[in-house]
Amino acid sequence: MKSPPEITAFGVQGLVAGFGDKEVLHGVSLNIPARKVTAVIGPSGCGKSTLIRCLNRMHELVPSAWVRGTLRLDGSDVYGDEVDPVMLRRRVGMVFQKPNPFPTMSIRDNVLSGLRLTGRVPRGETERIVQKALEQAALWDEVKDRLDDPGTSLSGGQQQRLCIARSLAVDPEVLLLDEPCSALDPVATARIEDLLGALRERYTIVIVTHNMQQAARVSSLTAFLLAGDLVEFGPTSDLFTAPGDPRTEDYITGRFG
Amino acid sequence: MSSVHGPNKRHIDRDYERELGELRERLLRMAGVVESMIADAVRAYMTRDTALARRTIDVDPQVNRAEVEADALCLQILARRQPMAGDLRFVTLALKMVTDLERIADLAVSVAHRALALADMDAPPPPHPDMERIAELAGAMVREAIDAFVRRDAARARAVLERDDEVDDLYHGLFRDLLAEMRGHRTTIDAGILVQAAAKFLERIADHATNLAEEVIFFVDGTDVRHRGKR
Repeated sequence: MKSPPEITAFGVQGLVAGFGDKEVLHGVSLNIPARKVTAVIGPSGCGKSTLIRCLNRMHELVPSAWVRGTLRLDGSDVYGDEVDPVMLRRRVGMVFQKPNPFPTMSIRDNVLSGLRLTGRVPRGETERIVQKALEQAALWDEVKDRLDDPGTSLSGGQQQRLCIARSLAVDPEVLLLDEPCSALDPVATARIEDLLGALRERYTIVIVTHNMQQAARVSSLTAFLLAGDLVEFGPTSDLFTAPGDPRTEDYITGRFG
Repeated sequence: MSSVHGPNKRHIDRDYERELGELRERLLRMAGVVESMIADAVRAYMTRDTALARRTIDVDPQVNRAEVEADALCLQILARRQPMAGDLRFVTLALKMVTDLERIADLAVSVAHRALALADMDAPPPPHPDMERIAELAGAMVREAIDAFVRRDAARARAVLERDDEVDDLYHGLFRDLLAEMRGHRTTIDAGILVQAAAKFLERIADHATNLAEEVIFFVDGTDVRHRGKR
């Protein structure tokens, strides 16, 4: 599989993963570049979510889940014996399809919750961390006067940006987003996409999306998965104008045989 | 219309499929009209057939309407469907193709006007021996480019590109001959200018056929061959 010459964040080699006796990914290999947005597209059930859940070891939280193959982050084995999955997830944050702020927590506490789970919050630093994370998530101006309000008092789009702020507060290297806009209206979606444009300067971003126009808009590289196989991985500008594989062409143009 | 797909690969959305099919039909109809205009304009010029020249000129508004309607359909598809990959290349091809076809029609009309002017002269000169060859080549290039589009055949489109140099060489030879003739016999200047203009219009038609062929190559295999060696 051809990968563009860039600094690799995730090196994935022969990744096979599944649940119980069901194999979902059949040997996926790709290099996800650092500080770029990589989109993962493909039909429902193709293994998109499984792939990104392997990247921060959330896949193994499902009791019957298993994984084989090599997965390296900055050259280190993600599945090495010495790796603490909790600390790994601090480096590799995740935002889900439905905004999921902690319902009993204020906006401020939601932002700090990741930090509190994985260690101590430096004394006297909380306000600075909260402000910085909310600014990075382009939410600060909208919530700075009501940081003690419940996170759930925000609109859907704001809640999703709060979840992004929560991920950013722990200072991760990678941000995984699993269909982050599927529950949002076009304006809230545009805000998230604009935010991704700003965040890609500092973070490696992997976004799973069903919306191909969104993949085309936000990503530098796109991976197309079909039934557990990586069919094509390359520059987004090529993949959506002149894909190399007829299966990609059929999928993105909405055709069937 | 199934762009680069086989005949069984149809769009899941049948309205979208119909829109792409309609766009293809419109392009083919427009191309057919333009091909006839070139042939008629050249025949009118060669045979001094003024009635045929006028009929050619009268067809032009039909091509103009076809251009506007095809453009509108392209915009509608872009806005409503956000086409991707082969479909995207097809719609952008269509946008460029209608522009080239409309300009070719304008050039055919210009040839027809020169045919009328020459027929109006007391002693029009005999046609230059290369004129027929230039006309033949220019017409064939347009035909072949359209054919390459219909068959989604990039090799056929590439063959069109190679013929443009022959047209250019013939035109420059003809131009030199006319210039020498006009310098030697000042009475031939009026007719010479008309002949030179008609030949230039045909040479321009060949250039637009080259554009069409380049557009078809990009449509078929996604390779941009424009301005090779000049960028």
